[in-house]
Amino acid sequence: MPVPTPETQPYWDGAAAGELRIQRCVDCGEPYFYPRPLCPSCGSSNVEWFTASGDATLYSYVINHRPAPGFEEEGPYAIAVVQLAEGPRMMTSLVGVPATPEALVLDMPLRVTFEQRGDISLPVFTPAPVEVAQ
Amino acid sequence: MSNAGVIIAGAAETDEIGRLPNKSTLGLHIEAARNAVADAGLTMKDIDGIATVSAPGPVQVAHALGIYPDWVDGTGVGGTSFLLHVRHAAAAIRAGYAKTVLITHGESGRSRVGAPPFRGDPSSPAGQFEAPYGTLGPTTTFTIPLLRYMKSYGLTPEQLAYVAVAQRQWAAKNPRAMFRDIITVSDVLSSRLVAYPFHLLECCLVTDGGGALVVTSADRAADFPKPPVHVIGTGEASETPMISQMLDFTESQMFRQAGQRAFAEAGITTADVDHLMIYDAFAHVPIYGLEALGFVKKGEAGPFIAEGNTEPGGSLPLNTNGGGLSYTHTGMYGMFAIQEGVRQIRGEAAAQVSNPSISVVLGNGGMFATCGVLVLGKNPR
Repeated sequence: MPVPTPETQPYWDGAAAGELRIQRCVDCGEPYFYPRPLCPSCGSSNVEWFTASGDATLYSYVINHRPAPGFEEEGPYAIAVVQLAEGPRMMTSLVGVPATPEALVLDMPLRVTFEQRGDISLPVFTPAPVEVAQ
Repeated sequence: MSNAGVIIAGAAETDEIGRLPNKSTLGLHIEAARNAVADAGLTMKDIDGIATVSAPGPVQVAHALGIYPDWVDGTGVGGTSFLLHVRHAAAAIRAGYAKTVLITHGESGRSRVGAPPFRGDPSSPAGQFEAPYGTLGPTTTFTIPLLRYMKSYGLTPEQLAYVAVAQRQWAAKNPRAMFRDIITVSDVLSSRLVAYPFHLLECCLVTDGGGALVVTSADRAADFPKPPVHVIGTGEASETPMISQMLDFTESQMFRQAGQRAFAEAGITTADVDHLMIYDAFAHVPIYGLEALGFVKKGEAGPFIAEGNTEPGGSLPLNTNGGGLSYTHTGMYGMFAIQEGVRQIRGEAAAQVSNPSISVVLGNGGMFATCGVLVLGKNPR
């Protein structure tokens, strides 16, 4: 279970509120992840939190056949890295979709959702709803 | 003095490698150190510098050996640490901080005798932003970039499997290798899935063992029983503490960065390289390494290996001990990659390449986290 630090607490507070909050640099405008009090692009400490769109695409993944502790019930499960619409990448789980190579196609559109794990709300991703043309 | 040559004067592994439940991690360090110092024709009293990884770390190892060193390096950045130790030792010797440095590795990786427990820090960035998603060590993290590479460059499952096939051909020539039976692509692809798209035979071994090196100045080269192995180029780099933050999943920037440094210092190009070791915790790592070092263009390494170029009889002998996939992998394999480079330059390898003058060793630490590159030469730069 993740243990927040003062620098990451807003991320976890955001997740508890159903929002994916990440940071960006006020000076150079670059969004970044994971939370830290310095812009990795330009070195500025003038950084701010914002709520990301929650849209992402599937960048890469594995389907793990040797479960980690706490994942024994799941059968093979995907450990994925997604690319947020804002640019940064993050690791995540994929829910609402079978953990098979056929179902998990790179670059497929995803949308953030949240799973409660003990006291922590954890951002995970699920296939984005298909938009039906009117 | 700043360009004074440095050599590896002693190099040895533990008496045995593999499954050694009767030896502790510290015991393996001691055995490797004893063998390497003897290989250099020296005694522990001649050693004035020590480098190794925690645990047990340089203080414990030096003390156990009765060494009270003038120079200590505990750089611990995963399996490539020993390549960085060689680089740091070269700098220390040139600076006059030490004359004769001992670098040790021992790890009860399989039997876990006297080995530190695995533990993650749940408040670290990896503990907060990766572990909650069910990661379980390298098989679930080091492996993640490959599907993106496969989509970008068309690497096939058969080409990935062939990395293990090619290395097994080298291992078959090496009595110390753990796995020596020739295998086929079909054998690899029918071994069980560990983490799709990786099968068991595309993942490294987990073994017990150790190795050590004695590094000193080249002006003493005639003082030792074995031919000197000149350290003619070195590089190091770091990239990411978390696989999810690797800059580009289709290439290793740090492999390229450290490789360019080492090749530039040595004054060589890829055409000068007679023998190559690329840390192979998993079958894709040699692919990333060949491309980052510039032996082939991006996307070409899979076909290059599958066409036989790196196996016995090929133009670029790669991982000639059998590698982490077939020879041994204690957890921090870099020491064994250096040992094979030294053996090849000395002409004493089990699967000896024909009279190599230059061997390049690329080490990886963590999951594409850190890199060290050594250019080893039969002759000074």
